Amino acid sequence: MLIIFYIASAVAVIATLLVITQHNLVHALLYLVVSFLAVAMAFYVLGAPFIAALEVIIYAGAIVVLMIFVIMMLNLRQESVAQEKKWLKAKIVVGPVMLTLVLAGELLYMLSTETSVSLTGEVIGAKAVGMSLYGQYVIGVELSGILLMAGIVGAYHLGRQKKKVTHRFLEKQEE
Amino acid sequence: MTAIPAEYGLVLASVLFMLGLISLLIRRNIVFMLISVEIMLNAAGLAFIVAGSRWGQADGQVMFLFILTMAAAEVSVGLALILQIYHQLKTLNSDEASKMKG
Repeated sequence: MLIIFYIASAVAVIATLLVITQHNLVHALLYLVVSFLAVAMAFYVLGAPFIAALEVIIYAGAIVVLMIFVIMMLNLRQESVAQEKKWLKAKIVVGPVMLTLVLAGELLYMLSTETSVSLTGEVIGAKAVGMSLYGQYVIGVELSGILLMAGIVGAYHLGRQKKKVTHRFLEKQEE
Repeated sequence: MTAIPAEYGLVLASVLFMLGLISLLIRRNIVFMLISVEIMLNAAGLAFIVAGSRWGQADGQVMFLFILTMAAAEVSVGLALILQIYHQLKTLNSDEASKMKG
C-alpha cells in the first residue's frame, strides 16, 4: 500500500511540475489530466474509492475537457507559445518561488514535528458517504444545487455574444 | 500491507498546493491562472480526504464533494469570463484587463 502511495504521489508531483513549466496550454492540460489521475490513485489507496472515481470522472473528465474546448474556441495561434516564453522569465520566477518555498518549508517542518499517526486504511465506501451526505449534510447539498444553478446562469450571461445588427446607414449593437 | 502515515498525505497535499501557488504567482496568462486554482483546490481536497481517512469518518469525503461542486461552478464562470476577455482585448494577458470600462 505504502509503495503504491509513494509512486502515485511521485507521479502527481512530477506531472504538476510539468504543468506549471509548460509553455503550450494544451500540453499543460494533458499533464494536468495525468496529475489528477495520480491523485485519484492516491485517493483509492487512502480508502476513498468513490472519491477516486469522481476525481477521474469530474476533474479529469469534465473540467479539463471543458478547458480544452474553450482553448479550441479561443483559436490561439503559434505565437502565443512564444509570448508565453517571453512572459515566463527567470527574473519574474525567482522571487515568488523563493518566498513560497520558505512558507512550504515552515509547513513541512511543523508537519514533521507532530507525532506520527498511521492511517487505518479502512475503506469508506459510497454507502457511508451517501448516508452522511443526505443525512446531516443535506443542507449543503441543497446549497450546492443553488451554487451550480448560479454558475450556469452566470456562465450563460457572461458567455453570451452581443449580436451585431447592420443597418443601412448605421451600425448599432443590439442587446 | 504497511499502513500509510497521515503526515505523508498531508505532505503531498501541501507540495501540490505549493506548486499551484507558485504557478498562480508567476503566470500572466489567465488560463494558466485558472489551471493553478484548480491544482490548489484539488490539493485542499486531498487534505480533506487524508483527514477523513485518519478519523475513519465519511465527512472528509463529503467535504471533497462540496469542493468538487464549487470547482465545477467556478471553472464554468471563469471560462466564460476568459472567452469574453479574449473577445474584448484579443489577448490572454491578465494585466491588460486591469481597467474596467463600463
